[in-house]
Amino acid sequence: MMADMLEVNNLSIAFGGLQAVSAFNLNIKKGQLYGLIGPNGAGKTTVFNLLTGVYKPTEGLIKLDGENLIGKNTLEINKAGIARTFQNIRLFQEMSVLDNVKAGLHNHYKYSSLSGILRLPSYHKTEKIMDEKAVEILKVFDLDGEKNYMAGNLPYGKQRKLEIARALATKPKLLLLDEPAAGMNPNETLELMDTIRFVKEHFNMTILLIEHDMKLVGGICEALTVLNFGRILAEGKTDVVLNDSAVVTAYLGE
Amino acid sequence: MKKNSSGNMAVKKDNLITYGIVVLFYIVMQIMTVTGSVSSLLSGLLVPLCVYVIAAVSLNLVIGISGELSLGHAGFMCVGAYSSAFFSNLMGDTMPSPVRFILAILIGALAAALFGIIIGIPVMRLNGDYLAIVTLAFGEIIKNLMNILYIGKDSHGLHFATGDASALAMEEGGKVIVNGALGITGTPKDSSFTIGVVLILITLLIVLNLVHSRSGRAIMSVRDNRIAAESVGINSTKYRLMAFTVSASLAGVAGVLYAHNLSTLTVKKFDYNTSIMILVYVVLGGIGNIRGSMIAAVILTALPEMLRGLSDYRMLIYAIVLIIMMLFNWAPAAVNVRERLKDRLKARFKALCGRRKKGKEA
Repeated sequence: MMADMLEVNNLSIAFGGLQAVSAFNLNIKKGQLYGLIGPNGAGKTTVFNLLTGVYKPTEGLIKLDGENLIGKNTLEINKAGIARTFQNIRLFQEMSVLDNVKAGLHNHYKYSSLSGILRLPSYHKTEKIMDEKAVEILKVFDLDGEKNYMAGNLPYGKQRKLEIARALATKPKLLLLDEPAAGMNPNETLELMDTIRFVKEHFNMTILLIEHDMKLVGGICEALTVLNFGRILAEGKTDVVLNDSAVVTAYLGE
Repeated sequence: MKKNSSGNMAVKKDNLITYGIVVLFYIVMQIMTVTGSVSSLLSGLLVPLCVYVIAAVSLNLVIGISGELSLGHAGFMCVGAYSSAFFSNLMGDTMPSPVRFILAILIGALAAALFGIIIGIPVMRLNGDYLAIVTLAFGEIIKNLMNILYIGKDSHGLHFATGDASALAMEEGGKVIVNGALGITGTPKDSSFTIGVVLILITLLIVLNLVHSRSGRAIMSVRDNRIAAESVGINSTKYRLMAFTVSASLAGVAGVLYAHNLSTLTVKKFDYNTSIMILVYVVLGGIGNIRGSMIAAVILTALPEMLRGLSDYRMLIYAIVLIIMMLFNWAPAAVNVRERLKDRLKARFKALCGRRKKGKEA
């Protein structure tokens, strides 16, 4: 059997007296589409922030392809291969759609600042490649027509897509999506499900997503972990977990 | 949806217009000088105009592109001015003046950049308005430090002292180069309008090319959203520091130009008011709008001098112009009117061209 791509062991964090996440375990295989669900305030986004180094855990282990990620900052974790989107969209609003994706390509196509200022051949060559790569990624999300628009002026659904495109541009091993369908209408959600499936196939991507939309979760996630009050309530195959009585109680009340 | 003009061709065209305005301004001024229609007042203003344009453009890199607030830009000008004037005085006639001036510019830029790094490294690790506070303090500290600094030179080499010139303990015939509150006197007058314009063009080249490159994208992404920038692997500290240091070094160049335009250099000119004045150029010209800050610097530097004849009403008119410029640039109604005028002018221009073509064909 193949080793897990992401291994999280006994991950815990406390903010003062509040135990936000405790004894959290998670194992994701390469190519898996994994869902993290739970009621509001269960600690889902906190888990994402722990995985991406925004918070330092009080204890626990995080390994990506066997590489220890504890103690690394957001920057190093992105270089190690984890990219994310945010619950409240965080685009580079005053930059063009194309430049947002090119910012994501930052660490993969380089030239020195000096050759940028002096417009040396390496500038022209690298920028051309970056343009092509960025448009390639934008095409996946059907955003190439809007590449010169200011990111902040895109409609909401497209902003969500652009955020995913930007995250993919960093060529991650693992993509974290924080409520990708939040604020979308049913049609947009259906379209987003297709896009996520396509991303998984096309880029052979491993995806961990947080979502409240049960139609989306049930429709595309292969396995789930349910969080409640910072603890794991249930985990396993999607259809089994969604029919678990404890999960139903947590979501709908007694 | 509003379209952003950041298409590659549009950027190139926009930059060319900016360079073009500078060159045009230079040509017009030269023609006016040759035909003798430049008053002595205006001709004395030409180099300071260049100084403030460079300072404003460089400050816009920090405020508009990097999104930080610096309140001590005059401090970096001061560092550039003093270090370069010291160098020029020390060298004297031992080297030809063009070589000496080029070296002086480099030394001023490097010294200011060094101070930019020293201040930037601790501050850029923090979030929030710390930079504004620290740069404000820096400007004052530099000013006061230069006020008590004495440096002299005799056959034993350089002597440093604080307090007064006699503390330098120099032998007979030693020369005091930096003379405390009296500053540096006898700096060779190497600055000229032509050199000023060349330096403006170089400043524009550095700033505009930096902005539209990989590093510029990184700087702006940190400005727009620091957390997101780090999540895509951009080192926010590094790029904020880069913008700040480049800006400080260009302000140093403005200081060099200033110092070599006057025979006496004192710190009085590099106080808090000057920092704020440069900030006003940037805000009124449009934050992030390089060309705008250039134009604002020219208008607001020249205006008070041009209005000298009106004596008491001078500052009143200056204030009114400030308000009008602010409204013209930022008020939504004014922006609408401006856009409409632009469209109408464009349409008329096109119609005119079309008619002319038809006329030729007929």
